[in-house]
Amino acid sequence: MYVHDEFDRAFLAERVEDFRGQVARRLSGALNEEEFKPLRLMNGVYLQLHAYMLRVCIPYGTLSATQLRALAAVARKYDRGYGHFTTRQNIQFNWIKLAELPDAMADLAKVGIHGIQTSGNCIRNTTTDPWAGAAPDEIEDPRLYAEIIRQWSTLHPEFTFLPRKFKIAITAATHDRAAIKVHDIGLRLHRRDGETGFEVIVGGGLGRSPFIGKTIRDFLPKQHLLSYLEAVLRTYNLEGRRDNIYKARIKIQVHEIGLEEFTRRVEAEWEAIREGTLRLDEEAIDQVRAHFATPAFDALEDGPAALAAALQDPGFALWHANVVAPHKAPGHAIVTLSLKPIGGPPGDATADQMDAIAELAELYAYGEVRVAHEQNLTFPHVRQKDLPELWRRLDAIGVATPNVGLVSDIISCPGLDYCSLANTRSIPIAQAISERFADGARAAEIGRLHLNISGCINACGHHHIGHIGILGVDKKDEEFFQIVLGGKGNFKARLGELIGPAIPESEIVDAVERIVDTYLELRTSPSETFIAAVERLGLDPFKERAYASR
Amino acid sequence: MPLVKSGAVTADPFVTVADDAPLPDGAVIVSAARLLSGDPALAAHRGPLGVAWPNSSDVSLIVPHLPRLALVALAFPKFRDGRAFSQARLLRERYGFRGEVRATGNVLQDQVLFMARSGFDAFALEKGADAAAFKAALARYSVFYQPTADGRPTVRDLRSAAPARTLEAAE
Repeated sequence: MYVHDEFDRAFLAERVEDFRGQVARRLSGALNEEEFKPLRLMNGVYLQLHAYMLRVCIPYGTLSATQLRALAAVARKYDRGYGHFTTRQNIQFNWIKLAELPDAMADLAKVGIHGIQTSGNCIRNTTTDPWAGAAPDEIEDPRLYAEIIRQWSTLHPEFTFLPRKFKIAITAATHDRAAIKVHDIGLRLHRRDGETGFEVIVGGGLGRSPFIGKTIRDFLPKQHLLSYLEAVLRTYNLEGRRDNIYKARIKIQVHEIGLEEFTRRVEAEWEAIREGTLRLDEEAIDQVRAHFATPAFDALEDGPAALAAALQDPGFALWHANVVAPHKAPGHAIVTLSLKPIGGPPGDATADQMDAIAELAELYAYGEVRVAHEQNLTFPHVRQKDLPELWRRLDAIGVATPNVGLVSDIISCPGLDYCSLANTRSIPIAQAISERFADGARAAEIGRLHLNISGCINACGHHHIGHIGILGVDKKDEEFFQIVLGGKGNFKARLGELIGPAIPESEIVDAVERIVDTYLELRTSPSETFIAAVERLGLDPFKERAYASR
Repeated sequence: MPLVKSGAVTADPFVTVADDAPLPDGAVIVSAARLLSGDPALAAHRGPLGVAWPNSSDVSLIVPHLPRLALVALAFPKFRDGRAFSQARLLRERYGFRGEVRATGNVLQDQVLFMARSGFDAFALEKGADAAAFKAALARYSVFYQPTADGRPTVRDLRSAAPARTLEAAE
């Protein structure tokens, strides 16, 4: 965990007072809504369909038990008793009153969290692998660099009024659990000749013009991280398009001037600043590292007797096989908490659940919780011997559904139930699909399948990179849904392909089920995953069946 | 338009001159086009010279003229258009410009600290703007995370200094 010091605390307190003044000016009429908008956005406050929404930043998805309790308290005191975890490791509160926002923010600031830069045309929360610091396949904890980026980007004077929003993701593992290729900048930490550095990927993103990011530098030595980011951001700030909001992301700039020319401009800018004040010498990196308190893992053996015994229980065994992943420390494990109960809104957690999870984190997980981009939570460090008891207690609060990575582990945007941009609802579609695949044995038989739903073309539900992606479209005031197949969000990221005309709401769940049945019939063996089958077979067999009843 | 400099409203000695008008004596601001045109009147002008530089033009083009310039006015046509933040940093940090860098256009109090940190030292406020609020906005934060030409110590500097302070206290 990153431990905030006096400087971080002073900054947050000043920020809360700054926002309090802005809210007072809005309430008094000194600011109109148009003038207030960029100020509230920069503090994570949106005006949604029914109310103001506060998006709280969870830096690189890491929460302490104390911070999670503070989120629960905000949900209870200022909202309707729940919060919604997002695909960018943040949490949203949907029903906060404007006049109470400064108090809610002050409560959060006391535990070092805030809504700064969760919206607006600035550098957003840097996201990373929810298994950071725990995964056996990482070369270093990427959160160290995410924190360095957080500090550099916080109220960056030059990059707070960019052409459009800017999202950075970083991973240090051999598996991409942060979707770095669909970010404005993706950073992959790796080693070359004994040195640590980054592959820098630019111009990825979903939305109405989806692109997979392109590598502009294979290896950037780590001491140059910030100067290189500054060079990319400056090139974008000065030359990115501002004439059309839909063409203002860096992906369009890269696409229009071409990767080679874009790279040339960035490298030229970087040459001028690379040895300047942003250079990260070991001392600067160590200073941030010193603020990270890494848990002192107990000396334990893998596969303790208590675990072996508990695995005789089929319920526990099913959960264990689904949500428990190997940890780098012997005798430990990584545990995913599914926020996708059958029939529930994806990513929601009640205040009571959050409090209970905080307590369990303290008892069984070294006090640490992560948010994953799939809208689930993770306990990164659990003692294997505690898994049986943890399972019972997670199950008791409804976050032990063994559907992680399966068809009912749906990523969904808030859709028309909340969002002022949406064309269609998406949560009810997610709920209906989840209910259709409620049978755990059948879901396990289907295996790994990512189903993502967006309620409009802005693609907040990442439908482009779902193995099955669903996009809501409005046709003469009726809700229709397009289906795309074959998308992936990992290192081998690709965009799904549209299979045909949009389907009315009443038929979408059946169509999804027929696509899944087609896979079950055509797969070469249970070890051929859905995505592998789509890649082998192409769209045609799925397309045919999806529209079979019509 | 009120001009805020060093935290106070000051009289503006500069006069903006149209491209086809003769240069009066004293401090003048001319357009980028006129500056780059090689107009002999500029060379002959004896007062302070300033240029109004659009945010769509590469600031490196001003460099040959910088020794002659007392002021560069950078524009915010809309507050959302943040190109001039980068231009100001380049002028200060790369090209070493020490004269006045003035923010013009849609200059809002909630941006003024970002502007100061980027290298602006003068702010042409829109009519009716509250100069006192601008001054307060400049002093709202004491903690900064990134190094810029304004020379304020960053959190990293403060942290490096912190153990030394503790040591002094112990002695």
